[in-house]
Amino acid sequence: MLQQKSKKGAFLALVCVAALLALVVALENTLDPTKNILLFTSLKKGAVYALVAVSMNLLNGFTGLFSLGQAGFMLLGAYTYAILTIPVESRESVYYLYGGSAVKFSLPDLFGGADTVPGLVLGVLIALILAGCVAAAVAWLIGLPVLRLKSDYLAIATLGFGEIIRAIFQWDKLGPVTNGANALKNFPTFSSFNITNADGQVVFRLSTFVAFLIAAVCIALIVLLINSSYGRAFKAIREDEIAAEAMGVNLAKHKRLAFCVSSFFAGVGGGMFAMFANQAQAKTFTTAMTYEILLIVVIGGIGSVSGSAIAAFLYVAASEWWLRFLDAEMWVFGIKVPFLRTGFRMVVFSIIIMIVVLFFRQGLMGSRELPDLFRRRPRKSPRKAGEHNG
Amino acid sequence: MQYAVSILLSGISLGGQYALIAIGYTMVYGILRLINFAHGDVFMVAGLMMVYLSASLPLMASLPLMLLLTVLLGFVIERAAYKPLRSAPRMSVMISAIGVSYLLQNLATYITGGLPQMYPSLPFLSESVTILGAPTKWVTVVTPVLVILLVLALTQLINRTKVGMAMRAVAKDFETSQLMGIKINSVISVTFIIGSFLAAVGSMLYFTNYPSIVPLSGALPGLRAFVAAVFGGIGSIPGAVIGAFLIGICESVIKGSDWSVFSDAFTFALLIVILVVKPTGLFGEKATDKV
Amino acid sequence: MAENVLRLEDVTMQFGGVVAVNNLSLEVNRGEIVALIGPNGAGKTTAFNCITGVYEPTNGRVSLAGEVIVENHPQGKMKTMYQGENSGKYTGVVRLTPDQITQKGIARTFQNIRLFGALTVFENVLVAKHMRARQNFLSAAFRLNKAEEKRMREESMALLEEQGLAHLKDEVASSLPYGLQRRLEIARALATDPKLLLLDEPAAGMNPQETQELTDFIKQIRTEYDLSVFMIEHHMDLVMQISDRIYVLDFGRLISQGTPEAVQNDQRVIDAYLGVADDAED
Repeated sequence: MLQQKSKKGAFLALVCVAALLALVVALENTLDPTKNILLFTSLKKGAVYALVAVSMNLLNGFTGLFSLGQAGFMLLGAYTYAILTIPVESRESVYYLYGGSAVKFSLPDLFGGADTVPGLVLGVLIALILAGCVAAAVAWLIGLPVLRLKSDYLAIATLGFGEIIRAIFQWDKLGPVTNGANALKNFPTFSSFNITNADGQVVFRLSTFVAFLIAAVCIALIVLLINSSYGRAFKAIREDEIAAEAMGVNLAKHKRLAFCVSSFFAGVGGGMFAMFANQAQAKTFTTAMTYEILLIVVIGGIGSVSGSAIAAFLYVAASEWWLRFLDAEMWVFGIKVPFLRTGFRMVVFSIIIMIVVLFFRQGLMGSRELPDLFRRRPRKSPRKAGEHNG
Repeated sequence: MQYAVSILLSGISLGGQYALIAIGYTMVYGILRLINFAHGDVFMVAGLMMVYLSASLPLMASLPLMLLLTVLLGFVIERAAYKPLRSAPRMSVMISAIGVSYLLQNLATYITGGLPQMYPSLPFLSESVTILGAPTKWVTVVTPVLVILLVLALTQLINRTKVGMAMRAVAKDFETSQLMGIKINSVISVTFIIGSFLAAVGSMLYFTNYPSIVPLSGALPGLRAFVAAVFGGIGSIPGAVIGAFLIGICESVIKGSDWSVFSDAFTFALLIVILVVKPTGLFGEKATDKV
Repeated sequence: MAENVLRLEDVTMQFGGVVAVNNLSLEVNRGEIVALIGPNGAGKTTAFNCITGVYEPTNGRVSLAGEVIVENHPQGKMKTMYQGENSGKYTGVVRLTPDQITQKGIARTFQNIRLFGALTVFENVLVAKHMRARQNFLSAAFRLNKAEEKRMREESMALLEEQGLAHLKDEVASSLPYGLQRRLEIARALATDPKLLLLDEPAAGMNPQETQELTDFIKQIRTEYDLSVFMIEHHMDLVMQISDRIYVLDFGRLISQGTPEAVQNDQRVIDAYLGVADDAED
C-alpha cells in the first residue's frame, strides 16, 4: 500500500511538472516577448536560481552543513560551460587580448556546430554535465580538509574558497583559458534554442522552456536522492551527528557525498546562469550572490525543496520586476512620492528579508513540501525552537 | 630599502586597522558564538557617516558624533536582529547577520546613489611624513600606537572592571552565567558597543588611506579582520591583534609583488589552513562536545 | 568457558592530567546482561565512549568477539603525561570510527536521548538499516534496486511491530513522550543488527512502573535478538533484578565485580556509594 501511494504521488508530480512546462511554452509563444521582457527574464533567472537554491538546501537544509561556497561552484560551472561551448570560429575574437584560446575545440562543433540541432542539444547537454562534474571534483578536493570543520567555521572556510576561486579565474596568466578578468561570450544561450526560419526570424520560442526543463530535471534528481536511503542518512546527520555515527552512518563519506552532489548541481546552475546572462565573468560570482541564494533558501524554508523553488521565483520576480517601480521617481497628484529613487527597491527588499528572517523563521514552507499542504491532517511542525547550540 | 620600509609601514598600519575590526569579531564570537557578518558593514557605515557629518559640521563635532552614532548602530543591530533569536539555532542568527549586512549595504547604495564618496581629509592624520626615507601619511605612524593604547585600555576594562568580569564569565559559559544572575543582555550590548566603537576608530584610520568609500568597502576588510581573529584564536583579544598585524603585513607584501591578484586568496587560503591544522588558532581555547 | 563478546583490557582514558577511566578490564559474555555501576563521575559513560569509538583511549585494547576494534598506547605528549599503568603492554594502534564499530556489531543508546528529532519514528529506524544496504548513491537515487529499499522498509516495519511502536510510525520522534522515546532509541539500536547492545542509563527519569516494564523489555530482547547487553544504570532495583554480573567503577577504577549479591555485600562498594567518614578511616 505504501508503495502504491508513493507511485501515485510521483505520477501526480510528473503531471504537474509537465503542465508547468507546457504552460511556459504557451506563455512564451503567445505573449509578446519584447513587451514582457521582465516576465521572461524573471522566469529564466528564477529557474536558474531555483536549481541553485535547491542544491544549497540539500547541503544547508537537509545535511545541516552550513556552506557558503555556492557562488564559487557556480563560477566553476559557468566557466567550464563557456570554455567548452564557444564556437571555434569566435574564439579569436573573444580571447583577442590573449591571442586566441588555449582550448582548441568546442563541444557543439564536434557534433556539427551550434546551429544544428544535434550540435546544440548534445553540445550544451554535455557541457552542462561537465560543468557539474568539474564543480563536483573541486568540491571533493576542497571537502577533504574543510568538511571536518564545524558549522560556522565551515561557513567561513567555504566563503573563503569562493573568494580564492574568483581570484584564480581573474589571474592574468590563465588568460588563454579564462580570458582573465574579461567576460567569456558568444556561446550558446537559452535564446539559441528558439527555432528560427530561413530568414533568421523566430518562429517558435523555446528559450524559457529550456531553462525550466533543465532546472526541473535537476531538481527532480535532487528530490530522488533526498527521498532515498541516502537522503535519510543526510537528515540523520543534520539532526544529530553523534547519533548518526552510532547508527553506522559514515559521517565523512556522507558529508562529502552531499557536498559533491550539491556542488555538481551548483555547477550546472552556474552553466545555466552563463546561458541566462549571455556571458560568464568571474566578478559576477561574488559572496553577495551566495548570500542571495542563502536568503532564498531561508525564505522558502530550510529543508523544503518546493519552498526553495517557489522562493527563487518570488525573490527574482520581486527584485527584478515587481519592486522595480520603487527605483523610479513617481508623482501622485502633482506631489513627488518621497524616497523613491535608484536603490530604494533593494532597501525595501532587504527589510522584507529581515522581517522574514526575524519573524517568520519557518519561511514559506518550513520543512514541508508542496503536497503536504493538500493533505488533510497536516503534520505537526517538527522543529523545536527551544534549542540553543551555544 | 626605502621600498621595503614603505611596504612594512603600510602593512603595520593596515594590520592595526584590521586589529580594531578584528576585536569586534572576536569579542562577539567569544560571547555569542556568532560570526557577526554585519561588522564589516558597520565599519563601512562609520566611514560614510564621517563623510556626511564632516560635510556640514566642524571636525570637533563630527568626529565624536560619528563615534556615537556608530556605537548606537551596533547597539541597535544587536537588539533588533540578534536578541530576538537568542534561543534559535546558531544558523538562524548567522543568517540574520547576513541579512543585516545586506540591508546596510543596500541602504548605503541608496543613500550614496551608488557613487563613491570622497573621504574627508582629516587634519594631521592625512598630512605627509617621511620615515627612513619612505614617504607616508601620519596615520601610518599613529595607527599602531593608537591600537596598542586602545587594546591596553580594553584589557584593563576586561580584567579589572565588574562588567569585564561579567563578559569573561559569559564567554566561558553562557547559560551558567545567566543562572548566576549576570544580566546577559547588557553584557552583550556592552560587547557590541565596544566592538562598534573600535570599528569606528578603525574606519577613520583605514579610509584616510583611501580616496573614497563605496557600499562594499566594508565587506573585504571585514572578512580579512575575521580571518585575523581566527588566526589569533577566536575569543582572544591579544590573538586578534597579533593575527591582524600579521595579516596586514602579509597583504601589504603580496600587494607589492607580482601576485597582487592573490592577496585575498592568500588570506583565505591561510584561513583554511589554520582552520584545518589548528582550529583554535594561536591563543584560542579548546572546546569539546559532551556525549 | 563462556564465549567472549566484549573484552576490555587495561583501558585507560586520560584527558590532560585527569584520568577518567583507569586501567579498566572487563568482559561481557555471549547472552549475558552485565551492568556497569558507580557514583556520578566515576567514568562509566567515558568507558562507553571508548568502546564505541567516540573517544580514543590513551592506553589499552577493546575487542569484540575476539577481533580487536580499539587499541592504543600513550603517544606524543601523552608519553610523558601518562599516569596510568601498563603503558608498555600495547604497541598496536587500532582506531575504528564509531560507524565502523557499529557495523562490527555494537549498538548503543545515549544517556540523554539522541533521536533524530525531526524525522518520523519509521525513518529513525530506517536510518539504522542504511549502513547494511547493498547500494550506492546512484542506484539509490535512480531507484535501480527497489528490492533493497523494500527489504529495508519491511525489516524496519517488522521491528516496529515487535516493539509495539508500529501505530506511531508516522509520528515525529521528538513529539513522543519520554518513555516511548527511550523505547524508540533502543528499537533504533536493534535495527543495526547488533551482537552487543550498550545501554547508557536506560531507566533514567522513569517511574517504578516504567522501570519494571523496561526490565522485562530488556530481558525479552536479549532472548529474541540473541544479544548481549552491557548497561550503565543507577536504578539499583533494575540492576539487581536483571544483571548476571555487575562491575563497579569509582574514580575511574574498577573496585568490585561479581554477581549482584556479591557486589551488594562488598564493603568497598558501600563505601563508594555512601562515602567513608573521615574518622572511620584511621
